[in-house]
Amino acid sequence: MPYQPRDARRPRRLGSVAVQLGLVLLIAGLAYAAIINAAQNLSRAHIASGFGFWNNTAGFDISQTLIDYSASSSSFGRAFWVGLLNTLLVAGIGIVLATVLGFVVGIARLSRNWLVARLAGGYVELIRNVPLLLQILFWYNAVLRSLPALRGSITLPGGGILNNRGLFLPRPEFAPGFAAVLAALLLGVGAAILLRLWARRRQARTGAQLRVLWPVLGLVGGLPLIVFALTGFPLTFQAPDVGRFNVRGGLEILPEFAALLTALSVYTAAFIAEVVRAGILAVPHGQIEAAQALGLRSGRMLRLIIVPQAMRVIVPPLTSQYLNLIKNSSLAVAIGYPDLVQVFAGSVLNITGQAVEVIAITMAVYLAISLFTSLLMNLYAHTTAVVER
Amino acid sequence: MATSAGEKLSYLRRAPAKRLPPPAERAGIAGWLRSNLFSSPANIALTLACVLFIVWAIPPLLQFFLRDAVWSGADREACLASPAQPHPGACWAFVRAWFSYFVYGFYPTGQRWRVDLFFVALALGVVWLLRLSAPRRDLGALYFFIVLPILSFVLLHGAPFIGLVIVPTALWGGILVTIVVATIGMVFSLPLGILLALGRRSEQPVVRLLAVAFIEFVRGVPLITVLFMASVMLPLFVPEQLAPDKLVRALIGVALFASAYMAEVVRGGLAAVARGQYEAARALGLSYWRMMALVILPQALRATLPNIVNTFIGLFKDTTLVFVVGIFDFLRTIEAARADPKWAAPTIAVTGYALAAIFYFIFCYGMSRYAQRMEARLARAGRR
Repeated sequence: MPYQPRDARRPRRLGSVAVQLGLVLLIAGLAYAAIINAAQNLSRAHIASGFGFWNNTAGFDISQTLIDYSASSSSFGRAFWVGLLNTLLVAGIGIVLATVLGFVVGIARLSRNWLVARLAGGYVELIRNVPLLLQILFWYNAVLRSLPALRGSITLPGGGILNNRGLFLPRPEFAPGFAAVLAALLLGVGAAILLRLWARRRQARTGAQLRVLWPVLGLVGGLPLIVFALTGFPLTFQAPDVGRFNVRGGLEILPEFAALLTALSVYTAAFIAEVVRAGILAVPHGQIEAAQALGLRSGRMLRLIIVPQAMRVIVPPLTSQYLNLIKNSSLAVAIGYPDLVQVFAGSVLNITGQAVEVIAITMAVYLAISLFTSLLMNLYAHTTAVVER
Repeated sequence: MATSAGEKLSYLRRAPAKRLPPPAERAGIAGWLRSNLFSSPANIALTLACVLFIVWAIPPLLQFFLRDAVWSGADREACLASPAQPHPGACWAFVRAWFSYFVYGFYPTGQRWRVDLFFVALALGVVWLLRLSAPRRDLGALYFFIVLPILSFVLLHGAPFIGLVIVPTALWGGILVTIVVATIGMVFSLPLGILLALGRRSEQPVVRLLAVAFIEFVRGVPLITVLFMASVMLPLFVPEQLAPDKLVRALIGVALFASAYMAEVVRGGLAAVARGQYEAARALGLSYWRMMALVILPQALRATLPNIVNTFIGLFKDTTLVFVVGIFDFLRTIEAARADPKWAAPTIAVTGYALAAIFYFIFCYGMSRYAQRMEARLARAGRR
């Protein structure tokens, strides 16, 4: 609760009520005028209003669809879901990559090795001070578009193919027995968690430590592998091959997707690196000295003393970087990756002309994601808050 | 007895010890190298990896952008691979040919002195405001926030009654538009942000609710959707004859967007002002606005100045997004020039983007260094 400079004994002045009333009236008046104008302008332009367009046939193609979609039979509503899923796909993978890269760079900036720290610092300064849109255009137009054409395709180790039409990876093909492997994996993870809980309880009760590393690895990695072998290796990869006019088979990754993902990850990683650095520096040096005095080795010190305290500082700004990444993924529109904004606030808006409804829905989606994340964030901050005595 | 034992056990040094040189492994260049680069096997491996990376990355870059670069030429022929230059580098000739377009867009050639004058007037205002040793910085603020906007409008847009022909904003472009969008965003977002921050801390529930709703709404959506809203929805909401110009609509979008972020920064500054300052101002009998203007805001803004500058950096980078609503800012002019068939060569894209990157980097890095200097200064001031 921010400090409110107010004298509690002073009665609320009449002026303050008048100001608030005036403000409400002003906003209401502006909204009314805006609605009247919008109605007039829309009827003059013969644009329908309301959400009736949702079920109409879309009639335009989308280059990347995670769910079934066809221009001739799918509705605008379906196009919305396609766009939203594409946004979540690029944002989800981008968050993972940006986090890994950001933590590596952030820790590298604190390295005792002068050269490593300088290189990481140079990366952060360069990337943070160049607009993201420029970086997206750079990856798309200058890097991916200048790759060799179909005939000169680069074959990657492992059977992937890279050319200026995108990246083609071997497509995994799952035989029916693969479900058993997944079940084994789930079972293994569950058993590992239980084992760890039991080990902790026992340590708290008796003080005897149990080394759980190998049993956990066996449960999580070994069990599914055994089932995989028993069911006769129900997973094969279908490699793409270069035909005369296009690449056949394989898992196609659009150059737009690759460019957007690279730019988003590299850009956000620079900001995450700064967050991580600040978080680690925020752990008081006395904590490290105390850990050393207790005789903890560096690995345990990191795991038990530094990381838990640093994470408390890191997580809130880290979340806001994740939100930035999700919002920044809307820059996809500049290179034509079919995300929510490009599909919905672009194509659907242009076809239906219903700007108010379309923009409102688009904004509502981003707002919902933001508010939901803030909610989770507040819960986390609440559970990890330092208990003051 | 005691004395003889004392003599035997004498450990008292009566003359200073001979001064030793510092340990060889700690001193000098060798010592620095040892402790910073080669302190352990893992460190040696890291150092070697970094050296290999630098050797792999830097010389080809220098070769591409400087040694093999094409500095002059009339069209794409100069930048294409030929027997004389099998691997042509960056095509700076393209930048030279299009340079005036990158700066002014389609601003009429005979009127471009007005843009130059605007740049000079703006630079003067920025230096006056940001240099802490400059004289009469109160006048500087007046100049920057009142005189400069009017002067810029008259210069750039035109005023027929003093002989400056009107130049429609559709002709503006390039660095001019980038600077205009960034400056307007900064000039408007700061006062708006202050008002919103005060509103968020207000004791009047309606004011507080409106401020919170605005701030959280704008911060929750991407700038692109705000720009779309400003460019597509704004014309719907006003009578047809009042529909603002395309550039003005984008400016409104950018200014509103930045003001929500600025509000949060200012709020942080307000929270840093000690409670006693409010009470002291009240005890002196100051009204709310005088208290804010004379006591609280000067301290709050000073405390949060580095964050304000960081918000400006974000705003400056975000100006590139006006690209998507069809305004020819610097980045868009590069994209447009890139499409010119007369200059179609494989190196054009990299050259254009390198130019843009250098431009944005200089501005943003300059601002961030300024913010760091201010932060260090504030830390010194607070240390008494």
